Amino acid sequence: MIPRHLKIGIAILLVAVLVAAFYLRRMRGRAATPVPRVADSRPIAPPVAGPTEQVTLFVAYDDAGILRPQSTRLTLPSGRQQRAQELLRALLGIYLDQPSPHPIPAGSEVRAVYLVEPNLAVIDTNAAFADGHRSGIFVEELTVTSLVQTLAANIPGINRVKILVDGKERETLAGHADLSALYDTAAVSKAVEQLGSSQ
Amino acid sequence: MRWISVLAAGGLVAAGMFVVPAVPAPEEKRLSIYSPVANYALNVTERNGQDYVGLVEILEPLGQVTAKTDGQKWKLRFNKKDADFKANNPTARVQGKPIDLTKNFVLENGRGLVPLNSLTTLLPSFLGIPVIFHVTARRLFIGQAATHYSAEFNKAQPKLVLNFTSAVNPTIATEPGKVRMSFVRDPLLPSGPETTDFDSKVISSTTFQENNGVAELTINGSVPLLASFSNNGRTITIAPAPSSVQAPAASTASPATPAPGASTLPLITASPSPEGPPPAPIRRVFAVLDASHGGDDRGAAIGQFAEKDVTIAFARRIREELQNRGIPALVLRDSDATLSLDQRASLANGTRSQIYLAVHASSEGLGVRVFTALMPAGGANSGPFLAWDNAQLQFLPAAQSAAQSLAAELRKKLPVRMASAPMRPLNNLTMPALALEVATQTGDTAELTSPIYQQLVASAVADGIVAARDKLGAPH
Repeated sequence: MIPRHLKIGIAILLVAVLVAAFYLRRMRGRAATPVPRVADSRPIAPPVAGPTEQVTLFVAYDDAGILRPQSTRLTLPSGRQQRAQELLRALLGIYLDQPSPHPIPAGSEVRAVYLVEPNLAVIDTNAAFADGHRSGIFVEELTVTSLVQTLAANIPGINRVKILVDGKERETLAGHADLSALYDTAAVSKAVEQLGSSQ
Repeated sequence: MRWISVLAAGGLVAAGMFVVPAVPAPEEKRLSIYSPVANYALNVTERNGQDYVGLVEILEPLGQVTAKTDGQKWKLRFNKKDADFKANNPTARVQGKPIDLTKNFVLENGRGLVPLNSLTTLLPSFLGIPVIFHVTARRLFIGQAATHYSAEFNKAQPKLVLNFTSAVNPTIATEPGKVRMSFVRDPLLPSGPETTDFDSKVISSTTFQENNGVAELTINGSVPLLASFSNNGRTITIAPAPSSVQAPAASTASPATPAPGASTLPLITASPSPEGPPPAPIRRVFAVLDASHGGDDRGAAIGQFAEKDVTIAFARRIREELQNRGIPALVLRDSDATLSLDQRASLANGTRSQIYLAVHASSEGLGVRVFTALMPAGGANSGPFLAWDNAQLQFLPAAQSAAQSLAAELRKKLPVRMASAPMRPLNNLTMPALALEVATQTGDTAELTSPIYQQLVASAVADGIVAARDKLGAPH
């Protein structure tokens, strides 16, 4: 005679085995079904359409020897880093246009902008930009300050900027403007004001 | 028992270390090299009874040098000049020309050693300028690198004033009746005889000696002597210690000669003794004019010329104009030499002058641009030390004031812009530092090479520096 409590125990175990088998079968079926890909919200290329934003580019003008703040509307991605890149690409676009207020060599490009620390931005330009840049203290200063000032004015929180060429540190842009040091955005801002006032 | 014998041996060794008197190690042989770019010392190695020195180590502070070993051959490249050496061979080739090394070239683990005696022939072939080698003292002078001194004795006071043509930093040791000054990094040479006697018991003579890469100046006297610096390290005054002045001073009788003070532009006399020939006045450098670029660095293209050639022409004219106005000035790059920005800063800082002016030229824009340093982020100065990247910080107000004076004078003749520029070596300098970018007056780049235009700019710059002189006068 099998004791009653043993019968109950075996019955519970059987039920548990059945439930587990059913669950296992269901899980197996789910694993076999391909998971639909979740759409990546990050833009892989700058959006060409969409809502635009008001930004201020600091554009160098060789004839007057100053930087002029120029308000424009750009379609910008949401990430700070990508926004910084697009801003500087738009700035270089103005310089590459014909006629240009401050010509830079053809093929000049901002490869990337890295926000490596909360307050430090690293601008990586390409070799065409530096190798073919016109040489001179003033002309190089206009280029460097316009990049730094545009970044500082539109990306909040940046107070130091470093400029690289092809991912590497370089002593000067084209023989004059120092690229070995970090630019203090406050000091650059004062220099830009000084340029305007000494005209 | 083995461990007992080990312990005993260890104890004996330890005891020996205390008991055996220390044998003084022989003094290491040194070679001191003095050049307009850098002063430095290297260790001399002995091979087969001859003195040798590493060639790369000699050339490294003077320019860009690379070396590679190919079996027994050793190839060296210095500032685009190629040289070939062969192990155990006394002949080298520099730019294809044979050079006699007097002894065999030694190649050790990729390091090329040349005989010390070969430096007088080998270095000029690389540097293009003559060298003077004091062989027994192992002191090598490249180009015009030398600091001369003159001694002026004042019997009435009594004190000895030593005037140096540039700032010096000797190690001073005093012993009864003697002051010994050892100049390790200074290219010191006497302008007169090595020994000068004074007709005094207080300070009887000075003796110049040089040995093992060091110059030594000994001042002999009969009383304890003290040395004090003035004139930004260009004057050393030797005087009896306060307690010993009275008695010996009475024994001297000749008229007093005023010693150079610590004014901003002191006149320095160059006579070995009060009875010597009339002194030739030499003045301390007030302004350093840095002709930017040079050598491999051509700078911007200005018509068919390179910026480096235009800047040197302007710098020389400014020097002439300043000297005509009684302001001693130095052109930092007075030849087609390659100088790094760090070298320019070090050289300029070493002059301890009152103003630094980097001269640039540009075919872009019109007139003259006057720049002060745009200081980089970080590297705050702390205590007595200055951060290299921000050394200019405390001199910036004076630099801005000088820039205004300069711009005001230039504006009388040309369009002028003032700005702060992110450029080196302005931020590395320990004196008010400015950069000048000279463009044309009308847009014709030929003006930049025209003597008339150069004279116009140089004259206005000199007037500007004269106007700023009072603001810059305070020694730093």
